[in-house]
Order: sequence, then C-alpha cells, then structure tokens
Amino acid sequence: MKVDLYEKIWMWAALGIVVLFLASLGFSYIGRAIQPPSHVEMIDPEAVRTDEEFGNPGVTINADGSATVVVQAFMFAFLPQEIRVPRGVPVTFRLTSADVIHGFQIVGTNGNTMVVPGYVSQFTTSFSRAGEYLIVCNEYCGLGHHVMSAKLIVEEGAGSAGSVGESGGVR
Amino acid sequence: MIGARRLALANFWVAITAFGVAAAMALMQALSRADLALPWRTPKMYYLSVTAHGVLMALIFTTFFIMGLGYVVTERSLDRPIKLRRVGWASFGLALLGTLLAAWAILWGKATVLYTFYPPLKAHPAFYIGAALLVIGSWGWSWVIIHTYLTWKRENPGARTPLPVHGYMTTIIVWILATIGVAAEVVLLLIPWSLGITEKIDPILARILFWWFGHPLVYFWLLPAYVIWYTMTPRIAGGKLFSDPLARLVFVLFILLSTPVGFHHQFLDPGVRAGWKFFHSFNTQWILFPSFVTAFTVIASFEVAGRLKGKKGWFDWLGALPWGNPAFSSVALSMIIFAIGGFGGAINAAYGMNAMIHNTAWVQGHFHLTVGTAVALSFMGIAYYLLPRLTGRELELSLLARIQPYLWFMGMLLFSVSNHLTGLAGMPRRIYQFDYGGSEIADQWVAGTGISALGGVLLFASALCFVAVMFGTGFAGKKAQPQPIEFAEPLETPNNKAQILDKFWIWVLIAVVLIMAAYAWPIGEHLATPRFGSRGYSPF
Ligand code: HEM
Ligand SMILES: [Cu+2]
Ligand SMILES: [Cu+2]
Repeated sequence: MKVDLYEKIWMWAALGIVVLFLASLGFSYIGRAIQPPSHVEMIDPEAVRTDEEFGNPGVTINADGSATVVVQAFMFAFLPQEIRVPRGVPVTFRLTSADVIHGFQIVGTNGNTMVVPGYVSQFTTSFSRAGEYLIVCNEYCGLGHHVMSAKLIVEEGAGSAGSVGESGGVR
Repeated sequence: MIGARRLALANFWVAITAFGVAAAMALMQALSRADLALPWRTPKMYYLSVTAHGVLMALIFTTFFIMGLGYVVTERSLDRPIKLRRVGWASFGLALLGTLLAAWAILWGKATVLYTFYPPLKAHPAFYIGAALLVIGSWGWSWVIIHTYLTWKRENPGARTPLPVHGYMTTIIVWILATIGVAAEVVLLLIPWSLGITEKIDPILARILFWWFGHPLVYFWLLPAYVIWYTMTPRIAGGKLFSDPLARLVFVLFILLSTPVGFHHQFLDPGVRAGWKFFHSFNTQWILFPSFVTAFTVIASFEVAGRLKGKKGWFDWLGALPWGNPAFSSVALSMIIFAIGGFGGAINAAYGMNAMIHNTAWVQGHFHLTVGTAVALSFMGIAYYLLPRLTGRELELSLLARIQPYLWFMGMLLFSVSNHLTGLAGMPRRIYQFDYGGSEIADQWVAGTGISALGGVLLFASALCFVAVMFGTGFAGKKAQPQPIEFAEPLETPNNKAQILDKFWIWVLIAVVLIMAAYAWPIGEHLATPRFGSRGYSPF
C-alpha cells in the first residue's frame, strides 16, 4: 500500500500523540497511583436508612486528624445537609443511595462521583481553600433533581496546620 | 432511478420528522436552562422534553437516516438492486412501530427516564418494548444490506468492494456488536422488571450493558458520516478521494476499537474495579488515530478539488471550493466542529480530567459538537444532495438551504463553547434550573446559560430552515429530470492492494476477542460477586 509522504508524516505524528497520551495515562496510573474512584462494596439499598453507618450520616474526625464523611443520598436531598471538614486534611467521602442513582459533585473541585443504590462509593480528597462549597446532584433522579444539593464548609481548624497539595485533588 | 428509492425515502421522512420535533423541544430546553420564565415551563415538562429530545435525536433521527442512506449507498455503489426489499419494508415497519410505542410512553409522561434510561428509574413497559422493536428493525435492515452485498460478491468474483459499501459494512458490524449489549439489558433485565416478572434489578450491571452499547453507538452515527466525507463530498466538491486504502484502514480500525472502551463512561461508578477502567481508557486513546487520518485524507481530497480548478498557491484552493453549495459547506463546517469536539473528547477520556467535567454542562457542549453537528449537519448536507435525486424534484427554498449550515455553525459555536465553560464552572447537565436556594456559586453560570440560549435560538432557526427545505422539496418541488448519484473516484485505483482490509470476518474475529477481554471477564467477575437489587422508582 503506497502512502503519500506528507500523509506518512502526519500518521506518525498522530501515532506519536496517541503514544504520548498512553504514556501519561500509564504514568499517572502506575507511577503516581492516580485512579478513578472504584470502590467495590455492596449494601442493601432497602436497609440504608436503618444501617448503622449510613443511617447516621455525618462527619467523623479520625485519630490521625483526617476526616470521614458519610453521606446518604435520596430523592431529593443529601444527608447531612451541611458538611463541615477541616482544611488541608485528607477527607474520605463514603456515599450510598437509598433509592435511584444520584451524582455527588463538589462544585469547583474534582470531587465527583456517581452514587448508586446497592453500592458504596468512596473517594479521598483534601481542600486547601477554606470557605463554602456547593454540592449538587449531577445525575438525573426525578422531577426534583435540580433542587438536590448540599453545602460543604471547609473550616480553618485545629487539624488544618499543613496544607496539602492543590485545591481538592482527588486521589 | 434506484429500486429501493421509496424504501430509502420512507426512512428519511421519519428521520426528518423526528429531527423537526426534537429541535422544537430543544429550543424550549435551551431557554429553560437560562431560567427564562416561559409560561408552560414546569419540571415535568422539562424532563419529559429532554427525554423526548434525546431519544428522537440520538436514537430515532440518526438510526432512520442511517438506514435510508444505507439503501441508497449500497444500491448505487454496487450498481445492483437491493435484495430482500420486503424484509426492508418489514424492518421499517417494526422500527416505526417501536418508535411510536416509545414516543407514546414518553409524551404521556410515563417514561421520563431520559434516553439513557438508567434503572432503578422505571418507565412504562411500552418504552422498553419500543426500544427493542427499533433495534430488531435495524437488525432486519442490516441483514438486507449484508445479503445484498454477499449476493453482489458472488456475482462479481474478485472485484474490489466499493469503498462506500466497505464503510457501510463496518457501520453494520459495529452496530451489531454494540446492540448485543443493549439487547441484553433491555430484554433480559428491563422488560421483565418493568412488567413485574422480576422484582429487582442491578443498576451497575445495567449500566455496564448500556455502555457496552453506548460508546460504539457513537461510531454507528459517525461511520456513515465518514462514508459521506470520504466518498460523496469530494465528488460534490469536484475532487477525488486522496487515498482509498487508508480510508479502508480507518473503517477497519473502528471495528476493532469501537466496543472495548465503554467503561470510559463509568469512570466515576462504584462497583467497577479501577483496573478495568484503566484497560478501557487505554483502548480509548487509540481511537484518536483513525480520526486524525480521516482529517488528513478528506482535507487532502478537498485540496485536489481546488487544484483541479487550477489553483496553485498554498491556500487559494480553499476559495475554489463550492461554499455556496449546502451539500458541501455543511460537511466542511461539520469537520471544523468535529476537530474541536476531538480535543474535548481527549479530555473526557482521561479519567483525571474527567472528574472535573463528568455529568456537567461540558458533556452536552461536547456531544452537540460530535453527534449534534459532525454527524447531524453532515446528514443534513447530504440530504440536500439526495432528496432532489430521489424524488425527481428541484430543491425548493434553496436560499434557506444555502444559509442553513452557516446558521447552524454559528449557533453551535455559541451553544457549545458556553456549555463547555459553564460545565467547567460546575453546572450539572440535565437540570431544569440552577437556583440551588439562591447559591452565589450557581450565580456564575448565568452568563453562560444566556449565551447558550442565544445559540439555541440560532440552532432552532437553522433546524426550521432545514425542515422547510425538505418538506418544500419533497411535496412542492418542481418536477425535474433527476441527476445521478455519484461517488468520488480515488486518485489511484485500489487494484488489489491491501485486500485483507476487505476480509471482514478477520476483523470481526479480532473484535470479538477484544470484547471478550474487555467485557466477558469483568461481567463474569461482577456476576460472581454477591449483590443486592433495586426496586423500581418512577419519580416523574
Ligand atoms: C436544534 C438544535 C439543538 C438544540 C438547541 C439542542 C439543545 C439541547 C439542550 C439544551 C440539551 C440539554 C438538556 C439538559 O441536559 O438539561 C440537549 C440535550 C441533548 N441533545 Fe440537543 N440540541 C439540539 C440538537 C441536537 C442534535 C442534532 C442532537 C443529536 C443528533 C442532539 C442530541 C442531544 C442529546 C443526546 C441530549 C441529551 C439528553 C439527555 O441528557 O438525556 N441535540 N440538547
Ligand atoms: Cu439528581
Ligand atoms: Cu464513549
């Protein structure tokens, strides 16, 4: 198959770009262990409201200063409505849904996950900027979808001595 | 005159009607997202309309148009009548019946589940049965084209498969491999569940099967557009196809790469291990390659057109192209838009960046460039070329036809750029309004949604022009001696080079192995894990 010289150059360049993308993908995955949130843990959606953990959603500050935030999503709200975490510490979010699929997105950060009934979503991030953040549901869940939101307040607290990384880098 | 003319036209009319209805709903949505207080604006209307718009545009308009174009391209480029025309009509009838069933369920407010219909949102069974009939109808159409092709091969031993049919065969192969996923989802999971035969459903399993289908679906849309770009537009521009074997290579690569990539739509899903997401993400990056090659080959073919008109400079050949002919300008403009869409796509596919934009307005900004323009505008362009040739009438309202692609281009730039930006600023897609209890953070989306609404108005005006030209031509156009439908000749005839690119079974075999690796294993793993199910909800 005879290929025109310019086209050959172009094809090699295109191949180069693809290989570059693949290399950066492989590097971030293996080298820096940056992975999409892919927690595998099951929960009975009908038992969410009585579940020991998800039936009492809220923020826990752990012994090492990090925070764990347990969130219950349902049509059309998140519990807790207001989440307070210290600045600059690792914050692990654990979420599940009591009914349909929802989304959980902390606007202005890359804190973003699907919340699926029957499954527990989990991701860890940290916030370097104190202040108020808007949390929205970003998966259509019914006629009240556009009112489904919550508040995240990042506080300048005792645990927030050293700031970690850029704003809200999910790991 | 071609024998399958009426069959092709029937498919085109359904496509054009679906497009017109969906465009009217789109205008309402674009205005609503900008929070304009329209009198009939309610959440129920909004989400119903988004469901109808998504289904009519992404599933009905595209599928029927592709089927119609398939008949024309196959019959003309093989220069033999379509076989099994009755099966073609039966398939058309089934697909139309499915469309009407689903449309009934949607318009009566019983299926406001959006075109992705993720359970446990539960629609009326008519919606799922309608979807299944549409797919079965498309399989019937596939069989008609395959059968005609195989018959031609038997009649012409040793002849090279014409490129347009090569492209259409890859389209059909991609479609069949893709629809296995959605057929399994709809028939095994959703229909029994919506009828009450099964009580619970696993939402992640349903999403895996949906996106097995959902990503190759985009290549089912795109490949016929590529057939137009490679084999029809260069001819319309007065040029020749720059490289025939490379076009075949591109088509074959899509057979391999279309399907084992679906998890890139599920980067943020729980219940799917990161390793699988990485594997699909790895496969996804390769898809850039055939599209880069396409850009070069098609633009080089246009350059040939300019050169044939005697242009010698670096860029003056561009001016020699028929920009006033909507059949050409729409494709050229849609290619510019597709290049922008490609950059966005590379960002979507990198899961680190994906978390910034997943399910935000960015996504609707993105796919209105790709399917909403690269595909849809190319289809509109080729409709200007085909309709007079199929109906034996002159193009009516040709001034509207001439401005329509430019109007769409401008409207889409406004609509899409603003949606990309509000998406980056965190505005979710699929929302009726963005008040969020008077949130100041949500306030920063006001300007973007306003520009998007303006773009929506231009797009709607453009859609009206298109529909007016189509119906005007089809029903009131002046009778004329129809001109022939012709395809671009390659600069160099392919002779017997790279024959292997025409041996579809080899590529299908490799594709099946890749799909097994990418899906059979993770699905097996998933099924082996104890899971809970969900009951249905219909909060609409
Ligand atoms: C008349 C021009 C068009 C306008 C003004 C328009 C406008 C819109 C708007 C505003 C939405 C967002 C709804 C939301 O997420 O809240 C939307 C969704 C969508 N549009 Fe369009 N659109 C147009 C043409 C098209 C075309 C030609 C296609 C494809 C062939 C298309 C496919 C879709 C799809 C698949 C969705 C997603 C629905 C969903 O999220 O469930 N649109 N459109
Ligand atoms: Cu929601
Ligand atoms: Cu995809």
